[in-house]
Amino acid sequence: MRLILEIAKTHLVSKPKQTLIAMLGVTFGIGMFIAMVSLMTGLNKFTEELTMTSSPDIHIYHDVTESSEPILVADNKDELVIVHHQKPKNETAKIRNAMRLSEIIRKDNRVSGVAPSVSSQVFYNYGPVQIPGNILGVDILEENKLFGLDKKMNAGKIEDLKANHDGIIMGSGLARKLNVKTGNRVVITTPQGYTMTLKVTGIFQMGLGVVDNIRSYANLSTVQTILQQDHLYITDINIKLKDLHQAKSIAGDYQSMFKYKAEDWEAANATFLTGNLIRNILTYSVSITLLVVAGFGIYNILNMTIYNKMKDIAILKAMGFAGNDVKLIFMVQSLVIGIVGSLMGLAIGYVLSLLISKAPFNGGDFISIDHLPVNFDPIYYIIGIVFGVTTTAFAGYMPSRKAAYIDPIEILRGQ
Amino acid sequence: MEVLKTHKVTKYFYEPDKFQVLKGIDMSVKKGEFLSLIGKSGCGKSTLMYVLSTMDTDYEGELEIAGTRLTNLNQNQLASFRNAHIGFVFQFHYLLPEFTALQNIMIPALKLGKHSRAEIEERAYQKLAMLGMKEHALKLSSKLSGGQQQRVAIARALINDPDIIMGDEPTGNLDTYNTQVVFDIFRELTSQYHQTIIAVTHDDEFAAKSDRVVEMSDGRITGSRHN
Repeated sequence: MRLILEIAKTHLVSKPKQTLIAMLGVTFGIGMFIAMVSLMTGLNKFTEELTMTSSPDIHIYHDVTESSEPILVADNKDELVIVHHQKPKNETAKIRNAMRLSEIIRKDNRVSGVAPSVSSQVFYNYGPVQIPGNILGVDILEENKLFGLDKKMNAGKIEDLKANHDGIIMGSGLARKLNVKTGNRVVITTPQGYTMTLKVTGIFQMGLGVVDNIRSYANLSTVQTILQQDHLYITDINIKLKDLHQAKSIAGDYQSMFKYKAEDWEAANATFLTGNLIRNILTYSVSITLLVVAGFGIYNILNMTIYNKMKDIAILKAMGFAGNDVKLIFMVQSLVIGIVGSLMGLAIGYVLSLLISKAPFNGGDFISIDHLPVNFDPIYYIIGIVFGVTTTAFAGYMPSRKAAYIDPIEILRGQ
Repeated sequence: MEVLKTHKVTKYFYEPDKFQVLKGIDMSVKKGEFLSLIGKSGCGKSTLMYVLSTMDTDYEGELEIAGTRLTNLNQNQLASFRNAHIGFVFQFHYLLPEFTALQNIMIPALKLGKHSRAEIEERAYQKLAMLGMKEHALKLSSKLSGGQQQRVAIARALINDPDIIMGDEPTGNLDTYNTQVVFDIFRELTSQYHQTIIAVTHDDEFAAKSDRVVEMSDGRITGSRHN
C-alpha cells in the first residue's frame, strides 16, 4: 500500500501545474458553495428569527370575516338552497371565555407560554396628520416571555409600562414618524372615534418594518378602555410552543377544540418561508452545478494522465501489479486532489463569507440590518468537504477503472 | 531441471479474420539456459513469448513455470506470480520516467514485500554495481541514455531473483556497442548465476552466441539447436 501511495505521490508531484489546476477546480466549487450557503442560510435564519419575533407560534383569534353557514341552508338540509352574496354577521372580535381558554392551553405540556391580548386599529395623531397603525393591549410580562421584548428595547424598560396606567411602548419606526421620545405624549384615535392621550414609556425595535412602523404595546386595561369594552374583552391569544415545528398540528387541534381560528406561524409567514425555500433551491443547484463542472475537470485530467501513462501502466502490470493496484494508484491521486482541493475551498469559502459579513448593507425600511447576516455553522463546512471528496471520487473512479482494465500486451507489443 | 514447460500451446487471433498463430507448441527450458527465439516477423515468436510471460491468457494448452501450473489461474494470481518469478526486459526500456534509476529497480521488490526497505535498497545498489551503473542510481531514469536505461531495466528484472528473465528484442533498439554490453551481461548472468533467459530476437549474431536457438515458422517450432 505504501508503494502505491508513493507512486501516486510521484505522479502528482512530477506534474505540479496539472495537479494544481485539477485542485483549483474543486477549490472554486467548494469555495463558492461555502460562501453561498453561508449567506443564504444566514439570511434564512435571520428572516426566520424575525418572523419568530413578530408572530407567535400559534395565534388564536376570532375571524369575523369567515362567513358561517346560512340559516336557510342549515334549516333545509334535504333541499337544494343557494344563498348568493352572503355577508358576514356583525360580530365582535371578542374571544368568549378567553381567560378560561388560556388556562386550559397553559396546562397543555406542549406549550411553554400563553399571552392573551387585545388588538385594535388606531390612528396616531401627529399634528393634523393621522398615521394608521395598531395597538396591542397585553400583559407585558407574559408577552415578554413569548417574544423576548426586553432585548428589543431601544429606550425605556418594559416594567415601566406596568407602572404607568396610560403608558405605551412604541415601535421605533412609528416613534420616528411621530417624532416622539420616551416621556412624550401621543394622542390616539380609534376607528370608532374614541380619543385618548398616552405617554410613551419605551421604544422597541424588532428589526422588521411591518412591525416597527405601525405597532405599539399598551396595558390590557388601557386598550380595553380605548375600545370601550369590559375587562374580559380579549381578541387574541398568542401561544409559544416548546417545539415550534409542531405548530401546524397543535393549531389544528385548538381550532377544532375551541371553534376559533388558530393560525400557526408557518401559515402566517408563508411568503417569508417561500423565500427561504427558493434560496435553498438556488444555493444547492448552483453549488451542485459548480461541483459537477469541477468533477468533469478531474475526470478529464485523470483521463489524460492515464492516456499518457499507458506505457507505465503496462510495465507495472508486467512487473506484477494487479488491476486493482493500478486502479488504487489513480484513485489515490483523485482523492488527494479532492481532499486538498476541498480543504483549500473551505478556507476560501470562509474568507469569502467573512468578507461578505463585513460588507455594509442597508436593509432599508423593510428590515433594519447594516450588514448581511452570514451563517458560520460548521455543518456546512462538513457538507462541503464530504461533497467535494465524493464528487472527485466519482470523477476519478471511471478513468481509474479503465486503467485497471488496460491490456499490457497491446501496449508492449504495439511498438 | 526444467524451469519452463509448455504442452500443445495453441492460440488464435480473431481480428481481422480467425487465424491460428500458434500451432501446438511443445517446448521446455532448462535452468541456467540462455535461449534465443528466432523467426521471421509474423511467425508467432512474440506471441509465444507473451503466452510464456503469463500476460496473455487467451490460449489453449498447458503452461508450467518453476513447477507451478499457470493455465487457468486468474489475473491477480498471475500478476503476483510474475512479480516473484519473472523478470522482463523490453525493446524500449520501459522505465517509469518520473522515478530515479534506483526507485525503478526497487519497485518490483517493494511490491513483493519479501525484504525490508533497507535491504531492498542495498540489493538494488548491488545490482546496479554489477551492471556498472552505481553512479547513476539517483538520476531520474528519463535522464539516462538508451544503453544505460536498458541496463537499469535488466537490474530491475533481476531484483526479485526471478526464475526466468524474458526479453522481447532486448537489444533491438540499441547500437552495436550497447548490444554487446547487454549480451555480455546476459552471458554472465547465465554462466555465473545460472539465470535462465528467454529472448525473442531477430539479431542472428545475438542468437548465434546464445546457448540454444529455437527457430519458429508459421506458428510451429521448426528447429532447435545448441551452440
